[in-house]
Amino acid sequence: MGGPGGGTEDLPTPRPRPAQDTHDSHDAAPGCASCALSSGGARLARLGLAPGRHDHVVALAGNPNTGKSTVFNALTGLRQHVGNWSGKTVARAEGGFTYGGARYRIVDLPGTYSLLSTSADEDVARDALLFGRPDVVVVVVDATRLERNLPLVLQIRQITGRVVVALNLVDEARRHGLTVDARHLTRELGVPVVPMAARRNEGIPELLAAIAQVAGTRDAPAPLRLVHKDPALEEAVADLAGRVAGQFPGVPNARWVALRLLEGDPGIEAAVRDGTLGELATPAAPVERAG
Amino acid sequence: MSSDLLDEAARLRRALPDDVGDRVVESLYTDAARLASTSVDRDDARARLTLDRALDRILTHRVWGFVAMGVLFFGVFWFTIAGAAVPSDLLYVLLVENGHAWLRDVFVAAGAPAFVTGLLVDGVYLATAWVVAVMLPPMAIFFPLFTLLEDFGYLPRVAFNLDRLFARSGAHGKQALTMMMGYGCNAAGVTATRIIDSRRERLIAIITNNFSICNGRWPTLILMGTIFVGAVVPPGLAGLVAAGSVVAVVILGIGVTLAVSWTLSRTVLRGESSVYSLELPPYRPPQLWRTLWTSIVDRTLKVLKRALMMAAPAGAVIWLIGNVHLGDASLAAHLVNALEPLGWVLGLNGVILLAYLVAVPANEIIIPTIIMLTLTLGANTVGAAPGVMLELGDDAAVGSVLVTTGGWTLLTAVNLMLFTLLHNPCSTTVLTIWKETRSARWTAVATLLPIALGFIVCASVAGVVRAFG
Repeated sequence: MGGPGGGTEDLPTPRPRPAQDTHDSHDAAPGCASCALSSGGARLARLGLAPGRHDHVVALAGNPNTGKSTVFNALTGLRQHVGNWSGKTVARAEGGFTYGGARYRIVDLPGTYSLLSTSADEDVARDALLFGRPDVVVVVVDATRLERNLPLVLQIRQITGRVVVALNLVDEARRHGLTVDARHLTRELGVPVVPMAARRNEGIPELLAAIAQVAGTRDAPAPLRLVHKDPALEEAVADLAGRVAGQFPGVPNARWVALRLLEGDPGIEAAVRDGTLGELATPAAPVERAG
Repeated sequence: MSSDLLDEAARLRRALPDDVGDRVVESLYTDAARLASTSVDRDDARARLTLDRALDRILTHRVWGFVAMGVLFFGVFWFTIAGAAVPSDLLYVLLVENGHAWLRDVFVAAGAPAFVTGLLVDGVYLATAWVVAVMLPPMAIFFPLFTLLEDFGYLPRVAFNLDRLFARSGAHGKQALTMMMGYGCNAAGVTATRIIDSRRERLIAIITNNFSICNGRWPTLILMGTIFVGAVVPPGLAGLVAAGSVVAVVILGIGVTLAVSWTLSRTVLRGESSVYSLELPPYRPPQLWRTLWTSIVDRTLKVLKRALMMAAPAGAVIWLIGNVHLGDASLAAHLVNALEPLGWVLGLNGVILLAYLVAVPANEIIIPTIIMLTLTLGANTVGAAPGVMLELGDDAAVGSVLVTTGGWTLLTAVNLMLFTLLHNPCSTTVLTIWKETRSARWTAVATLLPIALGFIVCASVAGVVRAFG
């Protein structure tokens, strides 16, 4: 963020966008006119998650001001200015890095507290995670505010199992007298949790290793199955999830889709209507490419 | 078939209680809370937390918060003004005095035609040399200082302090954040208004963003404050008074932002204020060297580069209009004479207005443009404004040019400071506003409203000063 607060570096392409637009908040990925993904290709490009010439696509999610930009810089070696406030990153950043011989494209999603689609940012992040199907979602979490950060992690886990949790700011937590049990979190969430202090480059090698492990695996954990205490709701979810799975065989997160439909989420309803939901059923391409 | 699925969903939804969405969210947060409480161990070493709290108690206090804000900003400007003086003089001697003469000799010795030497050396080179001498030192000090404040976590506290005022003026509290971004660059600030979801409040934030002094305008303010306002008090106090005058313009800008927001939200953009939660990040010790590095590379050099790219063609334009003659006088003299009456009414002069026309692409080059126009035209073409002439030391090269050759007074300088705050956004910002709003009407409002305000304020100040002076 720039000068007294703003920044020319966020500026390069102030993207044309009508003020009330809520979708499509991102530019198409550069160079993707050439990438040979058929129907889904355009959509991926629009979401900014097309792999292009890379082997794996990594999406970076997290609450605002958890150090997402710092992690992004640490991974890509870029020196985007990092601010200490929420909502600093308006223009989306993307970059790439190479690790263990594979090329990764990394896309910074808007910082959000949830995926309940109450704002344009949440829609963008939700669509990117659901329809973009990145090979790895790195969720950056503020170790000093775990309780406020976990709802987003849980929601992302309900969508996909290809998750790495970057437990950032552990140095700050330590200063505040907080110790976070990363192994316990790993067990509970079923995905790697990497403690780190991105500002000091601590934990970056471990994060890279975890990303590579998730990107390379063929059997990522299944999406988290949130059990609802309410029997009537549980029954309705189970019923509808069966129908979703019947109509779109292979959709990995049918229960999540069912729940969203029950809540009347317009984005998901549209995806059902135009059939884009079916794209979720095709196996994730990168696994095959990477070998 | 797909509609069957949706019908089924609708049927099932009707059978469920209305608050099913709330319950799902609730169970999500319950889960998160359980997971957090089983994963986090707390011990009693809470010293840092109390330090954070103590700081917040002062910095976000209803009264002391504003005092601290004033003191911090004042300190930043004072440091900038005090620190920039010596390197500025050095660069002036090096680049403008000696560098220009040397380059001129080289061109003459090489037998270059007179108009080539004029256009390249007296136009392009001189304009860029002035930009470096005038702008580089204050920027190289100011930007790192401000970035340190930002990294420390202070800016959200400012937003927190101002939030109440914004809400009361019918705007979105997040406008305080976009305003902060505007202090760097208005185009970035306008883009940042995307964080505001309501169109009404977003438009207010876009229109008022220009009242945040941007990178390109800080040097003008700092320079005017230093060589004119600071010069009317004893040298010992000069730095303090100069910094105070810059802070005064910043505060005036916040006042105008609130007043315009209030007026818009009660007239053309009527509506309720949205509620939002502002998260105050923890204070973090800034990483001194990295901050210095990134703010020099990303900010100072970027702004300087943009200024140089704009200054080079502007220098050529200035030389051309100063040397192409129509009848008995140069084109520049004709233009300045035509603008002089309006300039007089505004307490400025024709040269300043012409400079604003030449420098529409970038505010950064206003001062260099004014200096070059003043030098090109010489004393005889510019009507000396009546008023107290200022006595300046020999070292204040810029000031002595403006006072002795341009006939500037304290009124000219103060009104230029006001006009710096209140005039149309630069062309990049105007373009960004159009891209963000997609509305010619709102773009026009955002462009013309500030300049209309500037005319009213400057003319009023000039009228009052002349009536009593």
